[in-house]
Amino acid sequence: MTEEQANPAVAPEPAFEFEEPKLFGLMAEFEEHEQLLEAARRAYAEGYRRMDGYSPFPIDGLAEALGHEYNEIPLLTLFGGVIGGLGGYFMEWYAMARLYPLNVGGRPLNSWPNFIPIVFELTVLVASFSAFVSVFLLSRLPQPHHPVFNIPEFERASIDRFFLCIEVIDPKFDRGETRKFLENLKPCKVSEVTE
Amino acid sequence: METIQGSEPRMPNSDRPFPVTNLGYPAELIGPKETYAGVSEQIAGIPLKHPNPKFWFIGFTVAFSFFLLFCVAVTYLVYKGVGIWGIQIPVAWGFAITNFVWWIGIGHAGTFISAILLLLFQKWRTTINRFTEAMTLFAVICAGLFPLMHLGRPWVFYWLVPYPDTMALWPQFRSPLIWDVFAVSTYFTVSLLFWYLGVLPDLATVRDKAKTRWKKIIYGMSALGWRGSAIHWQRHQTAYLLLGGLATPLVLSVHSVVSFDFSVAQLPGWHSTIFPPYFVAGAIYSGFAMVLNLLIPIRRIYGLQNLITERTLNNMACVMLATGWMVTYGYIMEAFMAWYSGDVFERAEMWDRAFGPYGWIFWCLITLNCVLPQLLWSRRVRTNDIALFLVALSINLGMWVERFVIVVQSLSHDFVPSSWKLYTPTFWDVATLLGSVGLFLVLQFLFIRYVPMISISESRELIAQRKEGKL
Repeated sequence: MTEEQANPAVAPEPAFEFEEPKLFGLMAEFEEHEQLLEAARRAYAEGYRRMDGYSPFPIDGLAEALGHEYNEIPLLTLFGGVIGGLGGYFMEWYAMARLYPLNVGGRPLNSWPNFIPIVFELTVLVASFSAFVSVFLLSRLPQPHHPVFNIPEFERASIDRFFLCIEVIDPKFDRGETRKFLENLKPCKVSEVTE
Repeated sequence: METIQGSEPRMPNSDRPFPVTNLGYPAELIGPKETYAGVSEQIAGIPLKHPNPKFWFIGFTVAFSFFLLFCVAVTYLVYKGVGIWGIQIPVAWGFAITNFVWWIGIGHAGTFISAILLLLFQKWRTTINRFTEAMTLFAVICAGLFPLMHLGRPWVFYWLVPYPDTMALWPQFRSPLIWDVFAVSTYFTVSLLFWYLGVLPDLATVRDKAKTRWKKIIYGMSALGWRGSAIHWQRHQTAYLLLGGLATPLVLSVHSVVSFDFSVAQLPGWHSTIFPPYFVAGAIYSGFAMVLNLLIPIRRIYGLQNLITERTLNNMACVMLATGWMVTYGYIMEAFMAWYSGDVFERAEMWDRAFGPYGWIFWCLITLNCVLPQLLWSRRVRTNDIALFLVALSINLGMWVERFVIVVQSLSHDFVPSSWKLYTPTFWDVATLLGSVGLFLVLQFLFIRYVPMISISESRELIAQRKEGKL
């Protein structure tokens, strides 16, 4: 949440801006999720790469349309699960067979069938943790401030509007051309996002 | 992947107040006029505007007074010791473990609804999953406290956790009681992660709709700067599905591990291989009943009938009916196996269960759990919220009684007649049980007051699917 949003009185917007702040990107606003999906496909076909879509609910195929096919989460979760399972077994074996061996009627110290429930629980625990943590680490969250929050329309990105933002860092970005391209996609509005 | 849910042909004229399919079942998954902005306003409006404050304050006050009773009971327990309860030898487990098993069973519905039904593409779970997951967390909190209190010296509970301590002592990893520690704590943690991952986008909605500075700051901080980026959503959805997949075997494992506490023992009435599936079915049974007991009043008071439709109630009632029969099958098989085993102790124990001093409790259990829920065969009962509430209440009581019978009656009647002894609960037993209900309700009231209790983003997905004609 930005300071301006929290308290609009702090930074009143001047009626005319003579000195332009640094541009972050151009943001097109759509009413329907299909429009955003279509816009993302066309922008990708046009050659834009550094862009992102914003929506109030997950849209199937949007990230792929934006060129973000590869998703690291499943592999990281598997990695966590393997660590949890092996680590859990090692802990049980080391404690029961090495550190604190207890002879119960001559039964083997490495009594693996009895170790299964805890191995299972720790596999699930560490795998879930790594899935959860990787969502935030990969997305660089928590990140309280982001330039997209600077435009007032963006409040509706979490309610009922869909946005496509082409960022300045895109090699193909050109203020006039990109704006024209976005306006061709029939959005309800195209706005400039400043840093 | 698509399902045909909700896309069945509708019956044009029916005598029901809700749209129905040709077979007469409720058809709507979500009210017909809902829009993205409408559901956002309605659901996020509850934590932001606090409608019905009178109901909330009265309910919270009652719940809080029971919670205070719990605090008194626990304080006295820590001061005096477990002797204040009615437990003795042979009935060493008493109310504490009965309550533990009951609460942890209730806690099963949440993850069942959010994880297993997610993987099965059951869309009717959408509007109730947030609420039931929260209920799971609170029920597991209540459940976890009982074995700790029952330890006798609750302040050294951390001895259950494996860590290299100066006493060079390790927990016995071969014991089901230690498996319990791992199962319950893993279940709580994974449920919490799953719940928070789901609630995050909705906290962002509340943040963006908040009008006052403090609400903006607090909800903004809990939303962690979520901005609905497509790439974030992709990771979020993958992780959510994976957590669902991980939580699915976990749900089934938790009550199985709890049942090992019993079935690994040699005691007649406990030493039985049917326990794990029968405990899991019972857990889902009581969990769904508790969800309905909480959801039906809240649905009325907050006017959520357009989101939690008759279809959801009907489906939940069907799940209860099915799991109810699994539990009934468990009871029948317990009795049958006791007879068929030919084991004199098993037979005597079963006879004592039905016709001994606790016999009347056993027959209460059969009535509450097996007979009364047969009303759910009627579609009218399944779609009438008051009738459904009463049946769910009967199941909740019945499942508590079931755990009482399993724990107390079996312990009171073991192998040697000289060690048989009856158990009578004391005031503090009852106070702790009622107090734990108070704790549960306090948490529940705080949740409905401060957190969006229905998933807003998933409700929007339902609306989008309807727009696409997939619903």
